[in-house]
Amino acid sequence: MLHNYEELSPVAIDCLREIGNIGSGSAANALSSMLGKNVIMRVPDVSVMDYQEVIDRMGGPEKVITGILVRLVGDVNGMIMFLLEDSFAQVVLNTFMQLENVTVTTLDQTQLSVITEMGNIMAGSYLSALSQLTGLTIDMSVPAMTVDMMGAIMSVPIIEFSEVGDKVLFIDDGFVIDGVDIKSSIILIPEMASLDTLMRKLGVM
Amino acid sequence: MGSLTVGISDLKVCKAPDIVVTYALGSCVGICMADKATGIGGLSHIMLPDSTQSLNGKDMPMRFADTAVPMLIDKLVAMGASRSRLTAKIAGGAVMFAAASDRFNIGERNIIAVTEALKKANIPIVAKDVGLDYGRTVYFYPETGIMEVKAASKGTKQL
Repeated sequence: MLHNYEELSPVAIDCLREIGNIGSGSAANALSSMLGKNVIMRVPDVSVMDYQEVIDRMGGPEKVITGILVRLVGDVNGMIMFLLEDSFAQVVLNTFMQLENVTVTTLDQTQLSVITEMGNIMAGSYLSALSQLTGLTIDMSVPAMTVDMMGAIMSVPIIEFSEVGDKVLFIDDGFVIDGVDIKSSIILIPEMASLDTLMRKLGVM
Repeated sequence: MGSLTVGISDLKVCKAPDIVVTYALGSCVGICMADKATGIGGLSHIMLPDSTQSLNGKDMPMRFADTAVPMLIDKLVAMGASRSRLTAKIAGGAVMFAAASDRFNIGERNIIAVTEALKKANIPIVAKDVGLDYGRTVYFYPETGIMEVKAASKGTKQL
């Protein structure tokens, strides 16, 4: 039985990287067909790191980013969070609403729901990849989105999983839409029992 | 003037003209406390309401409202502050994602726990900027007792 993320073997991390790859690939396809634009995904870099490192990697606690939170329920319980740079919201709003130079901290409800919907599609692609690979049933909550300071957004998983530890699975992937480079990352925080289930299903434990 | 940074589940005290700052409070609460007459003040950044609800609550007093408040008072008094002159200002306790996603309503529970802990310790809360749905950075100036709150979409205000 796994007790924390640090117990994951290099093989298990490789396996998670592959899941990241497949998930990112299908998310890129979904994004591409929604936006009608060419979307290239980078090869994701998967690592286990603590929250402070995640915050630093994404530009520090006060950096304003878009956070999309999805809860996982079913055979796997936990949380998945997408962290996206401003440029993501810019591209999406530019495509769907012909808006230029958007200030992401002052979006209205319609604009927010357009971006949330994109997050919904990306999360769905990810989770269906994970489901197919493992044969596990993974359902997700309706995504919730906010644009705010990185540290404030991260306080949500930090608090909720404080009894589990201060480590998360960090998938650094980023993509390029129509030549615009967008830094994005995904934090996957399965409950320990769920991570254990995942690893067993994948045959790496 | 020096500036001390207070992390998550952290607590620091200083003497004017030094200041204390904590970045990007979300559902966490920042507790600023000072004795203006001596210029001694501090800031505690708590994450959860109640240490008795946690398996390892005893080991991390700075993480919880009920244990961090007495600890902050003790540290300020040890530095030379007058306990009877201490006043508090608090900020944070936001709901970062839509209420439906916030299963534990932790922001509000943190605010309530901090308020209760301060009441129990007889420290008056003279200003607060709490709740709602956005993150806050807090700068606290023990010399003037001013708490400056900065939010990504709301600018900066002084309390």
